[in-house]
Amino acid sequence: MIEIRIHGRGGQGNVVGAYLLATAAIVEGKFGQAFPAFGAERRGAPVVAFVRIAEQHLRRRSQVQNPAFLIIQDQALLHVPGVLDGLRDDGRILVNSNLDSDTLAERLGHEVVSIPADSWSQEFLGRPLPNTSLLATFLILTQLLPVEALTAALRERFKGKLLERNLNLVEEITQRVPAGLWSGVEHA
Amino acid sequence: MEGNDNALAALRKAQPRFQGIVSGHRACLGCGEALATRLVVETCGPDIMIANATGCLEIFTTPWPESAWRVPWIHSLFENTGAVAAGMEAALKAQGRQTKVVAFAGDGGTFDIGFQALSGMLERGHDVLFVCFDNEAYMNTGIQRSSSTPHAAMTTTSPPGRERMGKRHLKKDIISIVASHHIPYAATASVAYPSDLRQKVRRAMSISGPTFLVIHSPCPLGWGHDGAVSIEVARLAVQTGLMPLIDLERGELTGAMPIRTPRPVTDYLKLQKRFAHLFADTPEAHTELEHFQALADHNIEKFGLLGIGSQSQDTEGADTVQRGGMHYA
Amino acid sequence: MPKALEGSQAIARTVALCRPQVVAAYPITPQTHIVENIARLVADGELECEYVSVESEFSAASVALGAAAAGSRAYTASASQGILLMTEVLYNIAGLRIPMVMTCANRAVSAPLSIWNDHQDSMSVRDAGWIQLYCADNQEAIDTTIQAYRIAERTELPVMVCVDGFSLTHTLEPLELPTQEQVDGFLPPFQFQRALDPRQPISMGTLVSPDFYPEARHSHHQALINAAEEVVAADDDWAAVCGRHSGGLLKVEGSEDAEIGILTLGSIMGTLLDAHEQHPDQGKVKLIQLRCFRPFPFEAIKEACRGLQHLVVLERALSPGSGGIVSNEVQAALSSLEQTPRIYSFAVGLGGRDVPLELYQHVLDAIARGGDNGFRVFDADLSKLPPEDR
Repeated sequence: MIEIRIHGRGGQGNVVGAYLLATAAIVEGKFGQAFPAFGAERRGAPVVAFVRIAEQHLRRRSQVQNPAFLIIQDQALLHVPGVLDGLRDDGRILVNSNLDSDTLAERLGHEVVSIPADSWSQEFLGRPLPNTSLLATFLILTQLLPVEALTAALRERFKGKLLERNLNLVEEITQRVPAGLWSGVEHA
Repeated sequence: MEGNDNALAALRKAQPRFQGIVSGHRACLGCGEALATRLVVETCGPDIMIANATGCLEIFTTPWPESAWRVPWIHSLFENTGAVAAGMEAALKAQGRQTKVVAFAGDGGTFDIGFQALSGMLERGHDVLFVCFDNEAYMNTGIQRSSSTPHAAMTTTSPPGRERMGKRHLKKDIISIVASHHIPYAATASVAYPSDLRQKVRRAMSISGPTFLVIHSPCPLGWGHDGAVSIEVARLAVQTGLMPLIDLERGELTGAMPIRTPRPVTDYLKLQKRFAHLFADTPEAHTELEHFQALADHNIEKFGLLGIGSQSQDTEGADTVQRGGMHYA
Repeated sequence: MPKALEGSQAIARTVALCRPQVVAAYPITPQTHIVENIARLVADGELECEYVSVESEFSAASVALGAAAAGSRAYTASASQGILLMTEVLYNIAGLRIPMVMTCANRAVSAPLSIWNDHQDSMSVRDAGWIQLYCADNQEAIDTTIQAYRIAERTELPVMVCVDGFSLTHTLEPLELPTQEQVDGFLPPFQFQRALDPRQPISMGTLVSPDFYPEARHSHHQALINAAEEVVAADDDWAAVCGRHSGGLLKVEGSEDAEIGILTLGSIMGTLLDAHEQHPDQGKVKLIQLRCFRPFPFEAIKEACRGLQHLVVLERALSPGSGGIVSNEVQAALSSLEQTPRIYSFAVGLGGRDVPLELYQHVLDAIARGGDNGFRVFDADLSKLPPEDR
């Protein structure tokens, strides 16, 4: 089982991102579960969602306390107290940021990959929506699921031009991100 | 003139401004309701107590253990604000105290679930100022239609689709219903016309008996526009004639803000994603736009909104709002 | 092939499959997504029904009442404050023996104000005379909703399908949706014998004097007792259609000769099951998932608890000034056993407090410590309260 915690801001598709990741797992025939740490959220407020991916069916519904991965939807969230709470010692962080991965890794004490998801999505979607970029990058880095699973999940949720642009973005990211950098992570 | 400007600035700085609601609350950027609340409470002054219905306002102002309120304030339930306020008023009356009871509710808590209690409060003549912050849907729960939602608007429970063009029913004419209780004063207002709004609040506060204000308050998330244009959107609602700003006393129309240059309804509708489907090139969409224009034209005629030359007062828009905000608190 | 669906989405699609003719909709967190999803289906012509956006939950229940009384299959959903606001109507619907189905997206009730999950809402109306079924997970929410219509229409009793707010409604997981054919085969069109109809005019809701009131109440109570059979039969028959069984009245997992039982309702059981599976002492523990709360399955509970030394009832609600609700009824059921287990009444997860895997061990520790087994809010940290409030 792999547990992931996604940090985002209200109104930026934090929950949708978690749903997409879990959907990708389910499309691949695995078990996927996603839910928000529910709250009254206004646009811009820090929000958190949880994802579990596993080979076997899981029945637990407790919040993820010791994630193997954090996905951070914007770098300012790194300043929110408790953002790293519970992250496994060997846990890794994927963050939407213009800062250098190594600089961040040193600061945070964990392996970090940083991607300029805002500008990538600006390129392809016309708006800074980091979700798709982060999810595609996550899968390429970890090889947890094939990227096609994500595109299948996108097809289930979106249509028309929006879908097309997202698919193009994913395609482009497969060229920009080193595959398997985080493969072989230990399952809980 | 520069000397005068300095004197004016100094005067403004020295002028005390009461803050019954302070910053740090959790409203979205560009929230019309947050602005309207601040304007109302500032004008009411400190000697009030507030009964607040369930909705965005109470949620974003009171995440325990914090509160943005600096006046006495109670949130009970969704449907009972009129009744809770009536109870507070009755107690103060029994105690011989002057503190004014003010009720706050959204359109859900006024037009729909709170309607019965509001009507009862009005009918019994309680000395309460009931303010409805009208953002035209159940916003706190994620944008569902209320009876205040304009017809053809998109909400999550009135989505446009193959069989539907959005909400099927007309916006409830709450001001007429309230006015027909023959209360001393009822008025419509808009966040885009803060001086007019303040004036109406002062008027209501000075009256002994039930008074009612409904304040048109854009919700950027629910209406589908940027928070930065909330005021512009609100102003256009008034300038098209869709949102007439009127005063009613004991059921009779006693005031209406004229429109110097009426704008076509499309200017207002096209700024909001909730009306985007009305701009498709289909007979259904064209029909709905015609409906809107007819509504606006009807209002303009009914309330005599076309200003005559220099008598128009509609330039008192957001541009003339006293600048400076927090500094003068 | 399972589909990735959010709980509310799945419930909305399931309701659509049941072909309701009238849906009454009023938003309240955390069921709102259900009525929104139904609105979308109606707007796109995928569901033909009268979708009535009402002005309050009181009216939502009243619209559903009127619709079913007039012979249409009706549906509404609510939670928390909405359930309490419609309480008078719930009693009325059940007393009038009007069949309908409602989803209760379990949420705590004000005050204090909370949008998060516990069972205070549905427990508060346990005396209204409805059948109450609690779902362990979203798959059960789907299967139970379909069964609920059959149970309701055969027993002429309304059914409340309880689904944990957020933990189930807002959780996305792999789910199997049945086909329209499967549901049509299982649910015949609604035929209400006592429907309002000019061809056979009846009067509903009349004043009943003391000459007949006790008999009417006996009749209602007996109908609920008898409904247990229908609850079991519906589950068995639906399992024959789709291959999934939800446990009938209750489900037991664990060793036959366990000494310790942990009983609860709703989705926290999932977390306990996973914890149990990994636990070295699992042979000593059995987990009892109560699915049917009304009618209360006295016999099934006795059977499930026979031979236990300790029984922990994990409550998701309480009766202030008294204590546990479920444990009281369980205690009554077990009082006729020759050997009754020591019963513990622990409220957990009130107002949405997260129920972690560790709870399982904490419960076992509490049993091992012995001492007072009276009701307590198990996961409350009393140090957060001033001394006089502890």
